[in-house]
Amino acid sequence: MTGNRLPRWLVVVLAAGPAAGLAVFYVWPFVTVLSEALTGEAVGQTMRRRATWDVAWFTLWQAVVSTAVTIAAGMAPAYVVARYEFRGRTLLVGLLTAVFVLPTVVMGAAFLALLPDSLDRTVWAVIGAHVVFNLAVVVRLVGLAWEHLPTDMEAAAATLGASARQVFKEITLPLLRPAVTAAAAIVFLFTFTSFGVIRVLGAPGTRTIEVEVWRRATQLGDLGGAATLTVLQLAVLGGVVTWSAVAQRRHSRAIDQRPSTARRRAVGRAETRAVRVTAGLSAAVVIAPLLALVVRSFSTPTGWSAGAWANLGRTEVRPGLRIGIDPVDALWNSARIAAWATVVAVVVGALASLAIAAAGRSGRLLDVGLMLPIGTSAVTIGFGMLITFDTAPVDWRGEWWLVPVGHALIAVPFVVRSTLGVLRSVDPQLADAAATLGASPVRAWAETVVPALWRPLAVGAALAAAISLGEFGATSFLSRSGGETLPIAIERLLGRTGSLLQAQGSALAAILAAATILLVVVVERLQSPAPTRARRDRGRRPA
Amino acid sequence: MRLGAALIASVLGTVGAACGNDGPSGAGATVTLVAYDSFPVEGTPINDALVSFTAETGIEVELLIAGDTGTMLSKAALTAGNPEGDVMWGVDNTFLSRAIEAEVFDPYAAAGLEDIPDELKALVPGGEATPVDFGDVCVNYDIGWFAERGLAPPSTLDDLVDPAYADLLVVENPATSSPGLAFLLATIDEYGPDGWQDYWRALAGNGVEVVDGWTQAYYERFSWSGGGPRPLVVSYGSSPPFEVLFADPPRDDSPTAVIESTCFRQVEFAGVLRGTDEPDAARRLVDFLVSDRFQRELPLNVFVFPANETTELAQEFVDFAVIPAAPRALDPDDIDANRSAWIDEWTELVLG
Repeated sequence: MTGNRLPRWLVVVLAAGPAAGLAVFYVWPFVTVLSEALTGEAVGQTMRRRATWDVAWFTLWQAVVSTAVTIAAGMAPAYVVARYEFRGRTLLVGLLTAVFVLPTVVMGAAFLALLPDSLDRTVWAVIGAHVVFNLAVVVRLVGLAWEHLPTDMEAAAATLGASARQVFKEITLPLLRPAVTAAAAIVFLFTFTSFGVIRVLGAPGTRTIEVEVWRRATQLGDLGGAATLTVLQLAVLGGVVTWSAVAQRRHSRAIDQRPSTARRRAVGRAETRAVRVTAGLSAAVVIAPLLALVVRSFSTPTGWSAGAWANLGRTEVRPGLRIGIDPVDALWNSARIAAWATVVAVVVGALASLAIAAAGRSGRLLDVGLMLPIGTSAVTIGFGMLITFDTAPVDWRGEWWLVPVGHALIAVPFVVRSTLGVLRSVDPQLADAAATLGASPVRAWAETVVPALWRPLAVGAALAAAISLGEFGATSFLSRSGGETLPIAIERLLGRTGSLLQAQGSALAAILAAATILLVVVVERLQSPAPTRARRDRGRRPA
Repeated sequence: MRLGAALIASVLGTVGAACGNDGPSGAGATVTLVAYDSFPVEGTPINDALVSFTAETGIEVELLIAGDTGTMLSKAALTAGNPEGDVMWGVDNTFLSRAIEAEVFDPYAAAGLEDIPDELKALVPGGEATPVDFGDVCVNYDIGWFAERGLAPPSTLDDLVDPAYADLLVVENPATSSPGLAFLLATIDEYGPDGWQDYWRALAGNGVEVVDGWTQAYYERFSWSGGGPRPLVVSYGSSPPFEVLFADPPRDDSPTAVIESTCFRQVEFAGVLRGTDEPDAARRLVDFLVSDRFQRELPLNVFVFPANETTELAQEFVDFAVIPAAPRALDPDDIDANRSAWIDEWTELVLG
């Protein structure tokens, strides 16, 4: 952590923006809605209800199992993607990310079509979907850490006679631990607060706390019960997030970083085959639901038809009959909102990571705080914003930018997670060396730490944009008619009668998937290894 | 902020010429119409109707989509007195009592109220809101499926527990779906507050399938549209005409039909939101919402029937839609008082 030493005033300046944003757009509305809705009576009633504890128990165990399986399934593809160069590598990463961001109502339906009937609407379908949808989190976050691990340590251990297994257990795994912990925390947050997957794939009546919060708040008008459950949910997640922040710090080690150029082609038949099988299997798992989606966009009850695609840009589907949903507009809106959300998330996330890394122990508070929005029910925060930002000078309810701000709240933790690990592993000797050569602490930091930021920030930005593109929950609470996004347009199409609309919903989802894949591939290409290495070398030269 | 305004304007696409003439009260004002998520946002004839309202009165209308009906109402209840908009469209009779209790609306007697049937007006004796449309939730069936097997489709709720129709029906969970709740209410209407439990036990014994939402029921499990195994599904009375209107490839007859005796009537209301900054303009908009110019666009765009008796239905709708002569209904106060208990009891009974 020594590489991130900074003057105290600078740490405070860096942390001020993210902390203020969190306070205004998260803490304030949350506290407002709680003070409005949380009464002793509501708490008592909710706690006494047996269903509350059934729901809480189900929420917990399915999240634990989903997280464990996702991590286990994600390690091999993370390694392959991080260490090997092969044709279709970026495409694979893009595919994984696309599955992660697609609206669950769409992916859920596609997933359902692929499942054997005996698994339909069981908890195994839910867990399977959680694993497939969250694979990208593990592959990206752990893969990023893996890219930066020095291969020579492993090679040295192997030369000294360690078996491959020993090398992994003694060298690789301890170094990867912060990244694995970070990925596990995020997957746990997502699956613990699962909403769409539960509703689409779960047996009827299956409820997570998040589903129950939505049901109480919107369908039954029981805001007190919803607020109580939100607090219960947050208490569990706050505990998990704090544990993960502590664990990540404890286990992060400063190491001599390697740029992403460490990727190489597989050598020999066995290795080539292993890489192919791993990449192929992960690709198959995610391509299948995407293909099912494309198939659905062409299928009608009476046979195949390209009508959905042919009619995409046309508002009038029959003379005098218009759908009232403009997919091109929705795509454009989504892109615009995603751009803003990404900018906000990257700036805030970068500042926050720098501050957290430099502030040491006290940075943990900010770290944990920034994670909490993912673990807080979108309904509760949405309602909170409604009654907080309702009078001048903060009469913001109708402002278009509330949607990208809401997305950024969810995306910032991804930027922080992808950046923080790399920051913490910057070799402190670099800064020491720079200082020895006469650089001021700030200068030394700017020369050694900042260059290490670009790659993780790019990964974080891609994830942030993808999250914004696919976000549904918060958008549906904050969006005004002027900002209908693609996921919302898809939901609206799928919520209506008519085979054409059904197929169009799938076609739009396919477009959303394609846009996401394109985004990820472009980001991967843009920051090709060459400039990265040049920057790093500049930082390293003083040593 | 400028970008936001431009964005909203460009998307709404309804920046009709705001006339500068000295119109009657409210001219030059902008009112926000809060609506549920199946209300079309842009580009349909009903949006054109709103533009014509602006041209006539000088009052701009902005649309605010607030989510499904339950969510929209919860938001309105939370912000009662300092509302997000000025007029709300679409609270139905299953939610009406909650809206009135939360004092969401300012009572107002709309001009044109005389064209609305008395039985609809009787649902709001205090005049808090104005009935604007109605629709039905009914069991739909796949005509071809029954024809292929030479089996007559069921015609009553009782038929649905007949072993001849075992494992054929898919319904939505009333805890999470509005048509699901309407169907539960239909059975409570038929069998009474102490008899519906036995009916549902029999229905469960006869293999009824429950899914969480309409989309899953209709597009995944229903034999016609989802390629699923079940030819009977709880859906809307307006589903059959839309199977014709939005068919791909086009077709002339509906592949599905409704079982009239299962239909539960949902009536929707609009009203002036209490605390609006533009009470005059808001009232004029409510007047417009019950006028023929607006009401005649409802069937094809919002999939409901106009409340205004003088409005004629479009031909496509007359051809394929059924308006049940004696739909089922329950008192809104009863529904509101018992909703939570009924749902809990149903959950225990059917899913427990």
